[in-house]
Amino acid sequence: MDKISKKILQLLKDNARCSNEYIAELLNINESVVEETISELEDSGVIVKYTAIINNELAGNDCVDALIEIGVTPQKISGFDAIAEELMGYDMVKNLYLMSGGHDLTLTIEGKTVREISLFVSKTLSAIDSVISTKTLFILKQYKEGGVQLFSNTEDKRELIR
Amino acid sequence: MIDYNEFISEKASGIKPSGIRKFFDVAATMKGAISLGVGEPDFQTPWSVRESAISSIKKGYTQYTSNTGMPALRIAIAKYLSTRYNIKYSSDNEILVTVGASEGIDLSLRALLNDGDEVLIPEPSYVSYSPCVKLCGGVSVAVPCKVSDEFKVTPNELLACITPKTKVLIMPYPNNPTGAIMERSHLEAVSKLCIEHNIIVISDEIYSELTYDVQHVSIAEVEGMRERTIVINGFSKSFAMTGWRLGYVACPEPLLSVMLKIHQYCIMCAPTVSQYAGLQALEDGFIDDFKAVEAMHEEYDMRRHFMVRTLNRLGLECFEPKGAFYVFPKVSSLGMNGEEFATALLKAKKVAVVPGSAFGDSGNDFIRISYAYSIVSLRKAMKRIEEFVLELKENMAK
Repeated sequence: MDKISKKILQLLKDNARCSNEYIAELLNINESVVEETISELEDSGVIVKYTAIINNELAGNDCVDALIEIGVTPQKISGFDAIAEELMGYDMVKNLYLMSGGHDLTLTIEGKTVREISLFVSKTLSAIDSVISTKTLFILKQYKEGGVQLFSNTEDKRELIR
Repeated sequence: MIDYNEFISEKASGIKPSGIRKFFDVAATMKGAISLGVGEPDFQTPWSVRESAISSIKKGYTQYTSNTGMPALRIAIAKYLSTRYNIKYSSDNEILVTVGASEGIDLSLRALLNDGDEVLIPEPSYVSYSPCVKLCGGVSVAVPCKVSDEFKVTPNELLACITPKTKVLIMPYPNNPTGAIMERSHLEAVSKLCIEHNIIVISDEIYSELTYDVQHVSIAEVEGMRERTIVINGFSKSFAMTGWRLGYVACPEPLLSVMLKIHQYCIMCAPTVSQYAGLQALEDGFIDDFKAVEAMHEEYDMRRHFMVRTLNRLGLECFEPKGAFYVFPKVSSLGMNGEEFATALLKAKKVAVVPGSAFGDSGNDFIRISYAYSIVSLRKAMKRIEEFVLELKENMAK
């Protein structure tokens, strides 16, 4: 990928809402170049989606997040992909990864209540044939999300002028 | 009643307090004011560096260090100078760790000056050189630099200021407040004069990591200059470590030993905790090729583009700065000097910038804007400046 695309991606990852004009000013390039590059990145699927990072506590979201580690029996030919595909289909599943280490897949899940998540684990997940183990870890507090410290003090304390 | 004036030394009363402070105290009391005045990074010191300082305290490493600074730190500094700037100094007797680069400037001048010795200072430049020269009994001679020369100091201007009493030239590049840098060819021309006229150079390279599109060159690297150069640098700007007060001096041993003598009596040693932090900053850099420095550099560079572009759009003459984190636009085309502009801008739009006159008479027509601020603050402030300039222009047209 060329340098300009990389820099644009970096800026969008930091602030998906920043305007083309803003990007052009910072990178010292034409706005039309920014527009073109971004549509290319969108069309080719490099940019998947624009989203927002939410501080759930401040937003008053009473949702429950959990991380579930899953052990599975790999299938012939399809390996882990078949089971991954099955899990991906559930809206509650937010992220899904194939992992190295003691288990095989890790997913993050968002539910309205603890009960909703436990039902998903006990009724849905464990009902899948190739799933041999699950370990559910509930998230108790968000400290850092998407590279941002949620409760850090950003007050400017600089005083000295030189 | 005691008359304190009877007690205060002539030298001390002879130096003026910095005019900038008063200006920003006003801004500090204004609600909703934005300051673009601060001359220090807005980034936090990298976490690993802070962590290492905390760990040094926990381990109880809280005694004095060697007067010259911890051996490990001096070795790291020597390696840094040689790998980054190709200048070689012995960590045994040619490097002294100081309380910020500021102490380095003071020490150098104290080690060199007798009463009446003249010190050449390219102007506009950082506010503390001239007072330090005066405190040492020296005479500071301003060498005016022009925007048409991109604020580089030229041999002609220098030559016009050299007298038999000239002993020292201060080279403040990359420059605060103009953002000017000196490339190799310019340094060579200046070096030739220094050798011809037997002048010692104090090279304040505190912004050495912050040059854009071009690499920083130390004047000590120019042929024949190592023996007559005192290199001053530090951690404040490159590693966002202003509050740690950690700098260093590198120069030939006969000069360093004199500075060490003064440092031993007045300072003892740089803060131990800061030395551990500085060591971590360098060691991280050797491993990851100064990733943290590079990340900040990239961010400053983007802001620089934004600032220059905006100022040019407003029709303010602003040469493209290649160093530090300041832009230095000329405002006299709006019918006012830098001080009038800054005062009016603060009053009308609550944005504080520094009048160029604070950095010497040659800065009268200019203002210094620092871009050591988040891009969000910069955009907000520049929008206000834009409104202000457009209103001024409208009034002028009437």
